[in-house]
Amino acid sequence: MRGFWKLAWVEIKIYLRQPQAAFFTIFFPLILLFIFGSIYGNDPNPLFGGRGMVDVSTPAYLAMIIGSTGLLTIAIAVSSDREKGVLRRYRATPLRPAAVLASQIVVHFLMTLLGGILLIAAARLVYGLTFTGRAEMVFLGFTLASLSFFAVGFLLASVARTARTAYILGMVLYFPNLFLSGATIPKETFPAALRSAGKFIPLTHVVNLLQGLWFGNAPAEHVLEAVVLAGLLAVGVVVSAKTFRWE
Amino acid sequence: MTTTTGGAAIQAEGLRKSYGRLEAVNGIGFEVGRGEIFGLVGPNGAGKTTTIECLEGLRGADGGTMRVLGLDPRREGYELRERIGVQLQQSALPDDMKVWEAMDLFSSYYRNPVAWQPILERLAIADKKQTRFAGLSGGQKQRLFIALALVNDPELVFLDELTTGLDPHARRSMWDLVRGIRERGKTVFLTTHFMEEAEQLCDRVLVMDRGRIIALDSPANLIRSLRAGTDILFTADRAFDPSPLRSLSGVTRVEKNGERFSVSGTGDRLVCIVVNALDEAGVLFRDLRTVQPDLEDVFLALTARSEGDGEDR
Repeated sequence: MRGFWKLAWVEIKIYLRQPQAAFFTIFFPLILLFIFGSIYGNDPNPLFGGRGMVDVSTPAYLAMIIGSTGLLTIAIAVSSDREKGVLRRYRATPLRPAAVLASQIVVHFLMTLLGGILLIAAARLVYGLTFTGRAEMVFLGFTLASLSFFAVGFLLASVARTARTAYILGMVLYFPNLFLSGATIPKETFPAALRSAGKFIPLTHVVNLLQGLWFGNAPAEHVLEAVVLAGLLAVGVVVSAKTFRWE
Repeated sequence: MTTTTGGAAIQAEGLRKSYGRLEAVNGIGFEVGRGEIFGLVGPNGAGKTTTIECLEGLRGADGGTMRVLGLDPRREGYELRERIGVQLQQSALPDDMKVWEAMDLFSSYYRNPVAWQPILERLAIADKKQTRFAGLSGGQKQRLFIALALVNDPELVFLDELTTGLDPHARRSMWDLVRGIRERGKTVFLTTHFMEEAEQLCDRVLVMDRGRIIALDSPANLIRSLRAGTDILFTADRAFDPSPLRSLSGVTRVEKNGERFSVSGTGDRLVCIVVNALDEAGVLFRDLRTVQPDLEDVFLALTARSEGDGEDR
């Protein structure tokens, strides 16, 4: 994997130089946290099943970060690198294609993780976030969900001919996922019809998985979510592998 | 140019590549010797880029055999790319990548990179080390791409349309850079559609049109093969009657247009004969210059002929 770590490191630096990428991953979740936190606080609230708004929303916002990284950031970054000819240039070296893909995954995972850690730290410091789950289970769920949505991002970049198309596809998928999954607006506030529609939204399963693990549910209670996300991962990987183009 | 088969940098034989029904490259074969600057020229759509990409191992050929530095570009592509330098016609780096980061990054892709700082200095972009890719001018980007093509100290450098989009000044300094690469003992394979560039730089030129080779020789030989004459142009007094010049040896045509005169003819001594005759006749001539065919005329003649062949088919 010669070149891989250097590439990952340069990609991280480039990422941090682009405020638009960091906005959705790092700043937007914090903005939501402070808006809804200032409205509802984190006191137990019957509206959120007797839990605090911040306790319920923080794992949901983690899902939002994962969704935006996969559906927007990765889809756009990979397709625009291809469109501009960056991938072509890499291909004209001995660098292995796997190193390019792996560096994208590592960089975006680290940035997603960074966004999540900043969110959790802010929620804890400002609103006294409580955590009753097991950290390693939350991390596992977070990782599975990230890989699934990243795979979908690669799928979008593969099927879209241009960066513009990838951007539009990403947006079209992102907003229903964002609003119908409960990742931004707590699904406790949804009418029943909307809640059942939400079952068909992939990000709903990330919200359910992360909230459940956050509150300390046994992993066995989340087999459905794990299966859905593993399926998404498999579809993303298979379709991307078949359709991905370097130019 | 004498090259032994074992020492050739590139050997291609019966190379073919089609895109659907379009035959981009139609069974071409040639050999490039080590240390040569070899030019591939042809009109747009002639198959130049397809050919160069097949040689680089970036594109699979449909048929034929290729050896580049003794390797099969398709099966041994990674090994080959360790040893070649590539400047692509269309490529880019991420906008926010700095020049030094690109050099450092690309160096890490190779087994045996050389120090990249001297490369930047040689290409006169060392002062741009901290500049992001998006902040470079067209010429600076091209310099950076050449620098990136040299980080592995390649034996063979591919340059695809190196000077397209550059102003004449930047183009000339690119030519010096290419000569400098060859002086360091490397082989250069370039494509261009500027005939002046091919004439100035290349030891041999392969003229390609619609996937076929229509000529392959040194620029001087290609020009000689055109068997076109020389035009001598000068200014003299309106009263001068040039018709006696017609009887001079080698002169084929004499024209007068006000005070501008033109004498056309053939033969290596033509200029000498005409100037002597003018001098003996006491003609005060000024602004004398000679116009000889260049590679552009060869190119136009060859591609026009090939156009005709196409219609015959």
